[in-house]
Amino acid sequence: MLGPFDYVIWVTSFLAELYVVVWALTQKQFLRNISLNVYILAVALQSAVLYPLLRHYGAASLQYRYTYYYTDSLLIIFLYFVIMRFYKEMFREMHVGKYVQGASAMLLTATALFSYIVIHQNKDHLTSRFVVELGQNLYFVGVVLTYLLWGAIVKLKETRARLVQLVLALGIYFSANAAAYAMRNLFPGLQANFLRFIPPVMGAFLPLAWAYTFTRVPEKAKLETARVVAPGLPVQQHS
Amino acid sequence: MIAALICVASLAALLQFFMAHSRAVIAVYRRSELSEQVREVAGIEGQNVSSEQFGRLVQLVRLCPQKSDDQTDLKVVGVYYRMMGVLRSVGRAFSSRISAWAESERSACAYFAAVALDRRIANSRDLLAQQMGEN
Repeated sequence: MLGPFDYVIWVTSFLAELYVVVWALTQKQFLRNISLNVYILAVALQSAVLYPLLRHYGAASLQYRYTYYYTDSLLIIFLYFVIMRFYKEMFREMHVGKYVQGASAMLLTATALFSYIVIHQNKDHLTSRFVVELGQNLYFVGVVLTYLLWGAIVKLKETRARLVQLVLALGIYFSANAAAYAMRNLFPGLQANFLRFIPPVMGAFLPLAWAYTFTRVPEKAKLETARVVAPGLPVQQHS
Repeated sequence: MIAALICVASLAALLQFFMAHSRAVIAVYRRSELSEQVREVAGIEGQNVSSEQFGRLVQLVRLCPQKSDDQTDLKVVGVYYRMMGVLRSVGRAFSSRISAWAESERSACAYFAAVALDRRIANSRDLLAQQMGEN
Protein backbone atom coordinates (compact mmCIF):
# COMPACT_ATOMS: atom_id res chain seq x y z
CA MET A 1 0.00 0.00 0.00
CA LEU A 2 1.05 3.58 -0.49
CA GLY A 3 2.53 5.45 2.47
CA PRO A 4 2.46 9.16 3.37
CA PHE A 5 5.67 9.75 1.36
CA ASP A 6 4.05 8.40 -1.82
CA TYR A 7 1.00 10.61 -1.32
CA VAL A 8 3.15 13.72 -0.71
CA ILE A 9 5.13 13.04 -3.91
CA TRP A 10 1.93 12.38 -5.85
CA VAL A 11 0.18 15.56 -4.70
CA THR A 12 3.35 17.65 -5.20
CA SER A 13 3.86 16.45 -8.77
CA PHE A 14 0.17 16.85 -9.62
CA LEU A 15 0.15 20.44 -8.31
CA ALA A 16 3.38 21.26 -10.15
CA GLU A 17 1.93 19.85 -13.40
CA LEU A 18 -1.20 21.89 -12.92
CA TYR A 19 0.88 24.98 -12.22
CA VAL A 20 2.95 24.60 -15.42
CA VAL A 21 -0.17 24.31 -17.59
CA VAL A 22 -2.02 27.17 -15.86
CA TRP A 23 1.11 29.33 -16.08
CA ALA A 24 1.40 28.61 -19.83
CA LEU A 25 -2.28 29.47 -20.35
CA THR A 26 -2.14 32.70 -18.36
CA GLN A 27 1.09 33.80 -20.07
CA LYS A 28 -0.37 32.85 -23.47
CA GLN A 29 2.52 30.44 -24.03
CA PHE A 30 0.51 27.22 -24.24
CA LEU A 31 0.79 26.88 -28.01
CA ARG A 32 4.39 28.06 -28.08
CA ASN A 33 5.43 25.15 -25.84
CA ILE A 34 2.70 22.84 -27.08
CA SER A 35 4.68 19.58 -26.86
CA LEU A 36 5.77 20.33 -23.28
CA ASN A 37 2.24 21.25 -22.20
CA VAL A 38 0.69 18.23 -23.91
CA TYR A 39 3.22 16.04 -22.10
CA ILE A 40 2.37 17.65 -18.76
CA LEU A 41 -1.37 17.21 -19.41
CA ALA A 42 -0.76 13.57 -20.34
CA VAL A 43 1.13 13.01 -17.07
CA ALA A 44 -1.74 14.56 -15.13
CA LEU A 45 -4.16 12.30 -17.03
CA GLN A 46 -2.00 9.27 -16.18
CA SER A 47 -2.21 10.18 -12.48
CA ALA A 48 -6.00 10.52 -12.80
CA VAL A 49 -6.26 7.07 -14.44
CA LEU A 50 -3.85 5.33 -12.07
CA TYR A 51 -5.42 6.57 -8.84
CA PRO A 52 -8.74 4.65 -9.15
CA LEU A 53 -6.82 1.53 -10.27
CA LEU A 54 -4.63 1.84 -7.22
CA ARG A 55 -7.61 2.26 -4.88
CA HIS A 56 -9.53 -0.60 -6.47
CA TYR A 57 -6.84 -3.19 -7.20
CA GLY A 58 -3.82 -2.10 -5.11
CA ALA A 59 -0.21 -1.24 -6.03
CA ALA A 60 0.85 -4.89 -6.39
CA SER A 61 -1.92 -5.81 -8.85
CA LEU A 62 -1.18 -6.61 -12.47
CA GLN A 63 -3.84 -4.13 -13.61
CA TYR A 64 -2.09 -1.26 -11.85
CA ARG A 65 1.46 -2.31 -12.76
CA TYR A 66 0.85 -2.87 -16.46
CA THR A 67 -1.17 0.35 -16.81
CA TYR A 68 1.61 2.21 -14.99
CA TYR A 69 4.47 0.83 -17.08
CA TYR A 70 2.78 1.03 -20.49
CA THR A 71 1.41 4.55 -19.97
CA ASP A 72 4.87 5.50 -18.70
CA SER A 73 6.42 4.20 -21.94
CA LEU A 74 3.91 6.26 -23.90
CA LEU A 75 4.80 9.34 -21.85
CA ILE A 76 8.49 8.88 -22.64
CA ILE A 77 7.61 9.04 -26.35
CA PHE A 78 5.73 12.28 -25.62
CA LEU A 79 8.92 13.54 -24.00
CA TYR A 80 10.85 12.81 -27.20
CA PHE A 81 8.65 15.43 -28.86
CA VAL A 82 9.58 17.87 -26.09
CA ILE A 83 13.27 17.21 -26.82
CA MET A 84 12.65 17.75 -30.52
CA ARG A 85 10.97 21.06 -29.67
CA PHE A 86 14.12 22.06 -27.78
CA TYR A 87 16.27 21.03 -30.75
CA LYS A 88 14.12 23.19 -32.99
CA GLU A 89 14.39 26.10 -30.54
CA MET A 90 18.16 25.58 -30.38
CA PHE A 91 18.66 25.60 -34.14
CA ARG A 92 16.00 28.23 -34.84
CA GLU A 93 18.45 30.82 -36.07
CA MET A 94 20.15 28.31 -38.35
CA HIS A 95 16.86 27.70 -40.21
CA VAL A 96 17.09 23.94 -40.01
CA GLY A 97 13.54 23.47 -38.68
CA LYS A 98 12.51 21.17 -41.51
CA TYR A 99 15.51 18.88 -40.86
CA VAL A 100 14.61 18.71 -37.17
CA GLN A 101 11.02 17.86 -38.14
CA GLY A 102 12.32 15.16 -40.49
CA ALA A 103 14.53 13.76 -37.73
CA SER A 104 11.55 13.79 -35.30
CA ALA A 105 9.42 11.86 -37.78
CA MET A 106 12.23 9.34 -38.32
CA LEU A 107 12.78 8.96 -34.58
CA LEU A 108 9.10 8.38 -33.97
CA THR A 109 8.90 5.81 -36.77
CA ALA A 110 12.03 4.05 -35.50
CA THR A 111 10.70 4.00 -31.92
CA ALA A 112 7.30 2.70 -33.03
CA LEU A 113 8.95 0.02 -35.21
CA PHE A 114 11.37 -1.00 -32.46
CA SER A 115 8.56 -1.19 -29.89
CA TYR A 116 6.38 -3.21 -32.30
CA ILE A 117 9.18 -5.70 -33.01
CA VAL A 118 10.03 -6.06 -29.31
CA ILE A 119 6.38 -6.47 -28.28
CA HIS A 120 5.68 -8.84 -31.18
CA GLN A 121 8.63 -11.03 -30.17
CA ASN A 122 7.58 -11.03 -26.52
CA LYS A 123 3.81 -11.21 -26.94
CA ASP A 124 3.66 -14.60 -25.19
CA HIS A 125 5.47 -13.37 -22.12
CA LEU A 126 4.80 -9.67 -21.58
CA THR A 127 6.09 -9.98 -18.05
CA SER A 128 7.03 -7.26 -15.61
CA ARG A 129 10.70 -7.90 -16.47
CA PHE A 130 9.89 -7.09 -20.09
CA VAL A 131 8.16 -3.80 -19.23
CA VAL A 132 11.09 -2.79 -17.05
CA GLU A 133 13.50 -3.52 -19.91
CA LEU A 134 11.35 -1.57 -22.36
CA GLY A 135 11.24 1.38 -19.94
CA GLN A 136 14.99 1.17 -19.41
CA ASN A 137 15.65 1.28 -23.18
CA LEU A 138 13.21 4.13 -23.82
CA TYR A 139 14.67 6.19 -20.97
CA PHE A 140 18.16 5.53 -22.27
CA VAL A 141 17.22 6.80 -25.75
CA GLY A 142 16.02 9.92 -23.91
CA VAL A 143 19.40 10.22 -22.15
CA VAL A 144 21.24 9.99 -25.49
CA LEU A 145 18.97 12.55 -27.18
CA THR A 146 19.24 14.99 -24.28
CA TYR A 147 22.99 14.50 -24.05
CA LEU A 148 23.37 15.29 -27.75
CA LEU A 149 21.22 18.37 -27.26
CA TRP A 150 23.35 19.43 -24.29
CA GLY A 151 26.47 18.90 -26.43
CA ALA A 152 24.97 21.20 -29.10
CA ILE A 153 24.15 23.81 -26.44
CA VAL A 154 27.74 23.78 -25.20
CA LYS A 155 29.29 23.71 -28.66
CA LEU A 156 27.14 26.55 -30.01
CA LYS A 157 27.58 28.49 -26.74
CA GLU A 158 23.84 28.88 -26.27
CA THR A 159 23.16 31.63 -23.72
CA ARG A 160 19.39 31.43 -23.17
CA ALA A 161 19.24 30.57 -19.47
CA ARG A 162 15.67 29.27 -19.62
CA LEU A 163 16.42 26.80 -22.42
CA VAL A 164 19.59 25.63 -20.65
CA GLN A 165 17.73 25.04 -17.36
CA LEU A 166 14.83 23.21 -19.07
CA VAL A 167 17.25 20.89 -20.88
CA LEU A 168 19.34 20.21 -17.77
CA ALA A 169 16.23 19.29 -15.78
CA LEU A 170 15.23 16.91 -18.58
CA GLY A 171 18.72 15.40 -18.58
CA ILE A 172 18.60 14.77 -14.83
CA TYR A 173 15.12 13.22 -15.18
CA PHE A 174 16.06 10.86 -18.01
CA SER A 175 19.43 9.77 -16.64
CA ALA A 176 18.16 9.15 -13.09
CA ASN A 177 15.26 7.05 -14.41
CA ALA A 178 17.41 5.12 -16.91
CA ALA A 179 19.92 4.36 -14.14
CA ALA A 180 17.12 3.30 -11.77
CA TYR A 181 15.56 0.97 -14.36
CA ALA A 182 18.95 -0.52 -15.27
CA MET A 183 19.85 -1.04 -11.59
CA ARG A 184 16.51 -2.71 -11.10
CA ASN A 185 17.43 -5.19 -13.84
CA LEU A 186 20.85 -5.75 -12.29
CA PHE A 187 19.88 -5.82 -8.60
CA PRO A 188 16.17 -6.68 -8.23
CA GLY A 189 16.63 -6.80 -4.43
CA LEU A 190 17.15 -3.03 -4.29
CA GLN A 191 13.71 -2.32 -5.77
CA ALA A 192 11.57 -2.54 -2.62
CA ASN A 193 13.60 -0.28 -0.33
CA PHE A 194 15.39 2.14 -2.63
CA LEU A 195 14.81 2.04 -6.39
CA ARG A 196 11.03 2.22 -6.21
CA PHE A 197 11.28 5.79 -4.88
CA ILE A 198 13.35 7.16 -7.79
CA PRO A 199 10.72 7.28 -10.62
CA PRO A 200 8.06 9.06 -8.48
CA VAL A 201 10.65 11.48 -7.04
CA MET A 202 11.91 12.24 -10.55
CA GLY A 203 8.27 12.47 -11.71
CA ALA A 204 7.81 15.28 -9.19
CA PHE A 205 11.23 16.82 -9.89
CA LEU A 206 10.63 17.45 -13.61
CA PRO A 207 7.40 19.50 -13.37
CA LEU A 208 8.79 21.27 -10.27
CA ALA A 209 12.01 22.20 -12.07
CA TRP A 210 10.09 23.37 -15.13
CA ALA A 211 7.64 25.34 -12.98
CA TYR A 212 10.59 26.98 -11.20
CA THR A 213 12.35 27.77 -14.50
CA PHE A 214 9.28 29.29 -16.14
CA THR A 215 8.50 31.40 -13.09
CA ARG A 216 11.96 32.48 -11.92
CA VAL A 217 14.12 32.55 -15.05
CA PRO A 218 13.07 35.44 -17.31
CA GLU A 219 12.82 34.62 -21.00
CA LYS A 220 15.54 37.12 -21.86
CA ALA A 221 17.94 35.96 -19.10
CA LYS A 222 21.39 35.00 -20.36
CA LEU A 223 23.81 32.45 -19.00
CA GLU A 224 27.41 31.92 -20.02
CA THR A 225 27.48 28.21 -20.90
CA ALA A 226 31.26 28.08 -20.44
CA ARG A 227 30.74 28.76 -16.72
CA VAL A 228 28.35 25.83 -16.44
CA VAL A 229 30.44 23.12 -18.08
CA ALA A 230 32.91 21.25 -15.90
CA PRO A 231 36.58 21.50 -16.92
CA GLY A 232 37.98 19.02 -19.37
CA LEU A 233 35.50 19.96 -22.07
CA PRO A 234 36.88 22.17 -24.86
CA VAL A 235 34.55 25.13 -24.19
CA GLN A 236 35.99 25.64 -20.71
CA GLN A 237 39.45 26.25 -22.13
CA HIS A 238 38.25 29.31 -24.06
CA SER A 239 36.64 30.97 -21.04
CA MET B 1 25.48 -6.72 -19.91
CA ILE B 2 23.32 -4.10 -21.68
CA ALA B 3 21.73 -3.14 -18.36
CA ALA B 4 25.19 -2.65 -16.81
CA LEU B 5 26.30 -0.43 -19.70
CA ILE B 6 23.10 1.62 -19.55
CA CYS B 7 23.49 1.94 -15.78
CA VAL B 8 27.09 3.22 -15.98
CA ALA B 9 26.39 5.58 -18.92
CA SER B 10 23.23 6.96 -17.26
CA LEU B 11 24.98 7.54 -13.93
CA ALA B 12 27.81 9.35 -15.72
CA ALA B 13 25.28 11.50 -17.61
CA LEU B 14 23.35 12.15 -14.39
CA LEU B 15 26.53 13.33 -12.69
CA GLN B 16 27.35 15.65 -15.57
CA PHE B 17 23.82 17.08 -15.81
CA PHE B 18 23.67 17.60 -12.05
CA MET B 19 27.07 19.35 -12.01
CA ALA B 20 26.03 21.62 -14.90
CA HIS B 21 22.72 22.38 -13.15
CA SER B 22 24.51 23.28 -9.89
CA ARG B 23 27.10 25.39 -11.72
CA ALA B 24 24.29 27.21 -13.57
CA VAL B 25 22.73 28.12 -10.21
CA ILE B 26 26.09 29.26 -8.81
CA ALA B 27 26.90 31.26 -11.98
CA VAL B 28 23.73 33.34 -11.56
CA TYR B 29 24.69 34.25 -7.96
CA ARG B 30 28.33 34.82 -8.92
CA ARG B 31 27.31 37.97 -10.82
CA SER B 32 26.26 39.70 -7.59
CA GLU B 33 28.72 41.78 -5.59
CA LEU B 34 28.75 41.24 -1.83
CA SER B 35 27.68 44.21 0.28
CA GLU B 36 29.90 45.61 3.02
CA GLN B 37 27.27 44.61 5.56
CA VAL B 38 27.41 40.90 4.72
CA ARG B 39 31.22 41.02 4.64
CA GLU B 40 31.15 42.40 8.17
CA VAL B 41 28.56 39.92 9.44
CA ALA B 42 30.29 36.90 7.93
CA GLY B 43 33.86 38.14 8.45
CA ILE B 44 34.72 38.01 4.74
CA GLU B 45 37.83 39.77 3.48
CA GLY B 46 38.71 40.30 -0.20
CA GLN B 47 36.79 39.02 -3.24
CA ASN B 48 36.88 35.29 -2.50
CA VAL B 49 35.05 33.48 0.25
CA SER B 50 36.83 30.59 1.97
CA SER B 51 35.21 27.22 1.24
CA GLU B 52 35.24 26.38 4.95
CA GLN B 53 32.78 29.20 5.59
CA PHE B 54 30.00 27.52 3.61
CA GLY B 55 28.48 25.73 6.62
CA ARG B 56 28.51 28.85 8.80
CA LEU B 57 27.04 30.99 6.01
CA VAL B 58 24.21 28.50 5.42
CA GLN B 59 23.48 28.54 9.16
CA LEU B 60 23.27 32.35 9.03
CA VAL B 61 21.01 32.14 5.96
CA ARG B 62 18.66 29.86 7.90
CA LEU B 63 18.45 32.41 10.72
CA CYS B 64 16.99 35.00 8.32
CA PRO B 65 13.31 34.97 7.32
CA GLN B 66 12.78 32.67 4.34
CA LYS B 67 12.86 34.02 0.83
CA SER B 68 10.70 31.88 -1.43
CA ASP B 69 13.06 31.73 -4.39
CA ASP B 70 16.31 30.44 -2.90
CA GLN B 71 15.26 27.33 -0.96
CA THR B 72 15.73 24.90 -3.86
CA ASP B 73 18.99 26.57 -4.90
CA LEU B 74 20.35 26.19 -1.35
CA LYS B 75 19.54 22.48 -1.36
CA VAL B 76 21.07 21.89 -4.80
CA VAL B 77 24.26 23.79 -3.95
CA GLY B 78 24.46 22.04 -0.55
CA VAL B 79 24.53 18.65 -2.30
CA TYR B 80 27.08 19.96 -4.83
CA TYR B 81 29.30 21.31 -2.01
CA ARG B 82 29.31 17.91 -0.28
CA MET B 83 30.01 16.18 -3.60
CA MET B 84 32.99 18.46 -4.19
CA GLY B 85 34.18 17.67 -0.64
CA VAL B 86 34.27 13.97 -1.54
CA LEU B 87 36.01 14.74 -4.86
CA ARG B 88 38.60 16.89 -3.08
CA SER B 89 39.40 14.05 -0.65
CA VAL B 90 39.59 11.50 -3.48
CA GLY B 91 41.59 13.95 -5.62
CA ARG B 92 44.25 14.35 -2.90
CA ALA B 93 45.18 10.72 -3.41
CA PHE B 94 45.31 10.85 -7.22
CA SER B 95 45.82 14.34 -8.62
CA SER B 96 46.43 17.72 -7.05
CA ARG B 97 44.71 19.37 -10.07
CA ILE B 98 41.41 17.64 -9.34
CA SER B 99 41.75 18.50 -5.66
CA ALA B 100 42.46 22.18 -6.43
CA TRP B 101 39.51 22.35 -8.84
CA ALA B 102 37.16 20.80 -6.26
CA GLU B 103 38.39 23.32 -3.70
CA SER B 104 37.69 26.25 -6.06
CA GLU B 105 34.19 24.86 -6.62
CA ARG B 106 33.65 24.69 -2.85
CA SER B 107 34.74 28.34 -2.63
CA ALA B 108 32.20 29.21 -5.35
CA CYS B 109 29.54 27.42 -3.24
CA ALA B 110 30.59 29.52 -0.22
CA TYR B 111 30.31 32.70 -2.35
CA PHE B 112 26.83 31.55 -3.39
CA ALA B 113 25.86 31.17 0.29
CA ALA B 114 27.24 34.65 1.04
CA VAL B 115 25.13 36.18 -1.76
CA ALA B 116 22.06 34.26 -0.50
CA LEU B 117 22.72 35.69 2.98
CA ASP B 118 23.11 39.17 1.50
CA ARG B 119 19.77 38.86 -0.31
CA ARG B 120 18.00 37.58 2.79
CA ILE B 121 19.38 40.41 4.92
CA ALA B 122 18.20 42.93 2.30
CA ASN B 123 14.81 41.18 2.20
CA SER B 124 14.52 41.31 6.03
CA ARG B 125 15.41 44.99 6.00
CA ASP B 126 12.68 45.66 3.41
CA LEU B 127 10.14 43.70 5.48
CA LEU B 128 11.06 45.67 8.60
CA ALA B 129 10.81 48.98 6.74
CA GLN B 130 7.43 47.91 5.38
CA GLN B 131 6.15 47.00 8.87
CA MET B 132 7.40 50.25 10.35
CA GLY B 133 5.72 52.14 7.50
CA GLU B 134 2.41 50.39 8.26
CA ASN B 135 2.65 51.31 11.96
